[in-house]
Amino acid sequence: MSIWIYIAVMAVVTYLIRVLPFAFFRQKIKSQFIKSFLYYVPYAVLSAMTIPAIFYSTGNITTAVAGTAVALILAYFDLPLIVVALAASGAAYLCGLILPLL
Amino acid sequence: MKSEFGKGMIAGIPIGLGYLSVSFGFGIMAAGAGLSAFEAFMISLTNLTSAGQAQGVSIIAAGGTLIEMALVQLIINIRYALMAISLSQKLDDSFTFPKRLLAAYGITDEIFAVCWAVKGTLKPNFMYGITLISTIGWVTGTFLGAAAGEILPAEITAALGLVLYGMFLAIIIPPARKEKSILIVVITAAALSCICKYLVPGLSGGFAVIMCALVASAVGALLFPRKEDEQE
Repeated sequence: MSIWIYIAVMAVVTYLIRVLPFAFFRQKIKSQFIKSFLYYVPYAVLSAMTIPAIFYSTGNITTAVAGTAVALILAYFDLPLIVVALAASGAAYLCGLILPLL
Repeated sequence: MKSEFGKGMIAGIPIGLGYLSVSFGFGIMAAGAGLSAFEAFMISLTNLTSAGQAQGVSIIAAGGTLIEMALVQLIINIRYALMAISLSQKLDDSFTFPKRLLAAYGITDEIFAVCWAVKGTLKPNFMYGITLISTIGWVTGTFLGAAAGEILPAEITAALGLVLYGMFLAIIIPPARKEKSILIVVITAAALSCICKYLVPGLSGGFAVIMCALVASAVGALLFPRKEDEQE
C-alpha cells in the first residue's frame, strides 16, 4: 500500500478531531466520568506506547535498559524534556561503547 | 510587535524551539522505519502531533491496515477534541466559520495551553501567529532528524531511537509522582501493554495501545473521578 494513503488517513482523522468540535461545538460536557476518562487518556496512551517498546528502541536490550534507567531517574527529578531525552540516548550510546570491552 | 499576529508569533517561539528538538527525535525514528526525509516532513506538516505520528510510523513500518491507522489516531488524538471544545468557549466574535476551519489545524497540547491562558477573547490572528512559528519548528526538526538518520553512523541513530520515548517518560513521570491517580493509570497501562506484547503475540501494536489506553483510562475514571473545578 502506498505510504501516501497512510499519511492521508492520519492527516484527515487528526484534522477532523480538531475541527469538528472547534467549528461546531456549542455546549459543555457534563458527564464526570467522560471528563475524567478524557483527562487520563494522554497519560495512558504515552505509557502504553513507551512500555515495553522503549526496551527495543535501540536494537539492543542492554543499552536500551541503561538509557531507560537514566530517563526514569532524570524525569523523576523533573528535568526538562529535552535533557531527559538526550541524556537517555547518550547513556545508551556510552553503554554500547563499553559493552564490547567487558 | 503589537499586532495579534505578532503577539502570537512571539508566544510561539518557545513552543517552536521545543518542537524543533522533539521532532528531531521523530525524524530519526521515521528514518529508522524506512521513510524518506520528505515523507517524514509531510507527516509532520499534515499532522502536527507527536504521539500520534510516532505510533503512525510504526503502523506504516509494520504494514498495518488503514482501519487500524484511523482508530489509533482517533484514540491517541481524541484529547484535542476536548481542548477544541474548551477553546471554542472563548473565541472572539471575529472568529468566523472559515477562520475556525483554518485555526483548528493548530490545536496541540502546547498551543492549547497558551491560547487557553490568554486573557479575554481568543483572536484568529493570534492563533495563526503561534501556529505558524510552532509548525516551522516542528517540520524543520523533523526534516533535519530524518536527514541525520540517513547519514549518521548506525550506533548513533540506534541510541537516538530512545529520544522520543525518553521524552514521553519525561512527560508522564512528574505528574505521576505528584498525583496517585495518574500513577495508577500509568502503571495499569504499562502492565496491560506488557501483557499484550508477551502473552498476545498476534495482536498488532496499534490496537494494543488503544485497548490498554482505554482500559487504563476507564480504571482511572472509575477509581479517581475528577472534581468539577479541576482543570487540565
